[in-house]
Amino acid sequence: MDYYFGLAQTIGIHTLLGLSAYVLMLTGQLSLAQAGFFAIGAYSAGILTVLFQWTILPALAVAAVVAGLFAFLVGFPALRVRGLMLVVATIAFSEFVRMFFFNLNWRKTIDNIEVGPDSTQGFREIRFFSANGWETWEVSLFVWFFVIAVMAGLWWMDRSRAGAVLRAVGEDELAAQSVGLSLTTVKVAAMTVGGVIAGIGGALYAHTATYLDHLTFTVLLATFAIAYPILGGLASVFGTLAAVIFIQGFLIEGLRFLGDWRNVLFGLLIILVMNLKPGGIFDARSVLLLKRVFTVNRGQRDDA
Amino acid sequence: MLELRNLGKNFGGVRAVDNLTATIGKGEIFGLIGPNGSGKSTTVNLICGVFSPSEGTICLNGKNLGAMPSHRRTRAGIARTFQNIRLFGDLSVWQNLWVACNSTEDVAKQGLLSRWFGSTKQVREEIDEMLEFADLADKGDALAANLAFGEQRRLELARALATKPKVLLLDEPAAGMNLEEVKDLDARIRKLRDSGVTVLLVEHVMELVMGVADRIAVLNFGQKIAEGSPVEIQNDPVVQEAYLGAPEEAAA
Repeated sequence: MDYYFGLAQTIGIHTLLGLSAYVLMLTGQLSLAQAGFFAIGAYSAGILTVLFQWTILPALAVAAVVAGLFAFLVGFPALRVRGLMLVVATIAFSEFVRMFFFNLNWRKTIDNIEVGPDSTQGFREIRFFSANGWETWEVSLFVWFFVIAVMAGLWWMDRSRAGAVLRAVGEDELAAQSVGLSLTTVKVAAMTVGGVIAGIGGALYAHTATYLDHLTFTVLLATFAIAYPILGGLASVFGTLAAVIFIQGFLIEGLRFLGDWRNVLFGLLIILVMNLKPGGIFDARSVLLLKRVFTVNRGQRDDA
Repeated sequence: MLELRNLGKNFGGVRAVDNLTATIGKGEIFGLIGPNGSGKSTTVNLICGVFSPSEGTICLNGKNLGAMPSHRRTRAGIARTFQNIRLFGDLSVWQNLWVACNSTEDVAKQGLLSRWFGSTKQVREEIDEMLEFADLADKGDALAANLAFGEQRRLELARALATKPKVLLLDEPAAGMNLEEVKDLDARIRKLRDSGVTVLLVEHVMELVMGVADRIAVLNFGQKIAEGSPVEIQNDPVVQEAYLGAPEEAAA
């Protein structure tokens, strides 16, 4: 049973990672900095609970704020580049963050044990949950509380004026400016919100994994972050969730018997989706189709 | 109202706009015509801040706009439509207008949260008004991309109006329209003027611009070659030479 709770935690954390990229993609920015924000959240929260012996909630809050702050700062130079150049610039940021933590050595003796980030050895013993007697299912519930809160927040935002504004900027920057929208404000705001969400995800990751290694936060993680909204489409937050469940639950866990051949499938899947359904699996048309299937009567009335 | 003084714009070696001076009075419909490539669209783009002028100044109500970025000019009261319609196609008609409802001082007073996220009663009423104006009252939920061509033009006009402009720049609004739609547009532009909006109309469709404009300026190779009432312009030999052709052709 713990296996499934563990899987639920992974799916929840990756959903947060995917949603952090989703917000940015609404404004038309494809960013690989999400791995960096995720790492900042993970190390910040880990350092706070391990070295400073904070409890989880304030550590999580500070980690989210710190990641958001970095995202805010990355947002401004990111305005000057777009498309492929933005991708390259954000990779550079993620690698910078990863290398920083790779070199970070901050050891402290607490209860006769030396703890903290130990550069190449990684950051071990982030044991807040087990030290405080949390069961796996309790941790899963804790993770999913944040996943649901973030999803609900974004769902609401999508329906508010802000959602329309983000999408307007993503669709046509010139027209967006012509109706009085500041690209700087909108894009930096999206970057910051994305950073906060990635920070929360990272903080949760640090405490469920109990061990941070710089190799977790490579470009591959950043690629996963953008792959979820690409596969799930930008029609709604549920697309991202569905894509995470599909990739983490089915492609990685469900097909475990295929071993490393799964990576081939993953690449193949991205290529297929981008060619066959460029708007994602859950693009506007698929959503409409699903609605028709599930509300037969209304569908018929619309046709009439 | 809107003053262009010695405005010039170079693109590399090309002089797109050359020493253009014009004053557009409040509540006026000012026509800007000229052959293709004569600098009409460049002038529009200079006024709304897409390009910055190589020389010269643009003043709105006596205030120099200088290097003010595009979105601030919109908030200062300069709105536009595009030669090739640029709607937010994946947004609904309603959302297209909602996004544009942010420039007014009353909305700004409501505070940041309400401005970013909210739809106050006042904003909803304004959007309904715009939908009414554009004859799209029953299409509020439709995706903008799914509208017919004429509807898209009307929505773009309504979207520009939702920013509550003092000056409205219309860049070839009649392009691709049939005669009936042009008449409809004519009536709409007059209605706008009557509500106090100043209109700068860039147009090739002479039926529209000669009928609706109070004054017309003619551009050729970036320079203003004539300015006057529609009748004066039609009878100006320089304009006939450069653009309109002989009088009997212009009537056709």
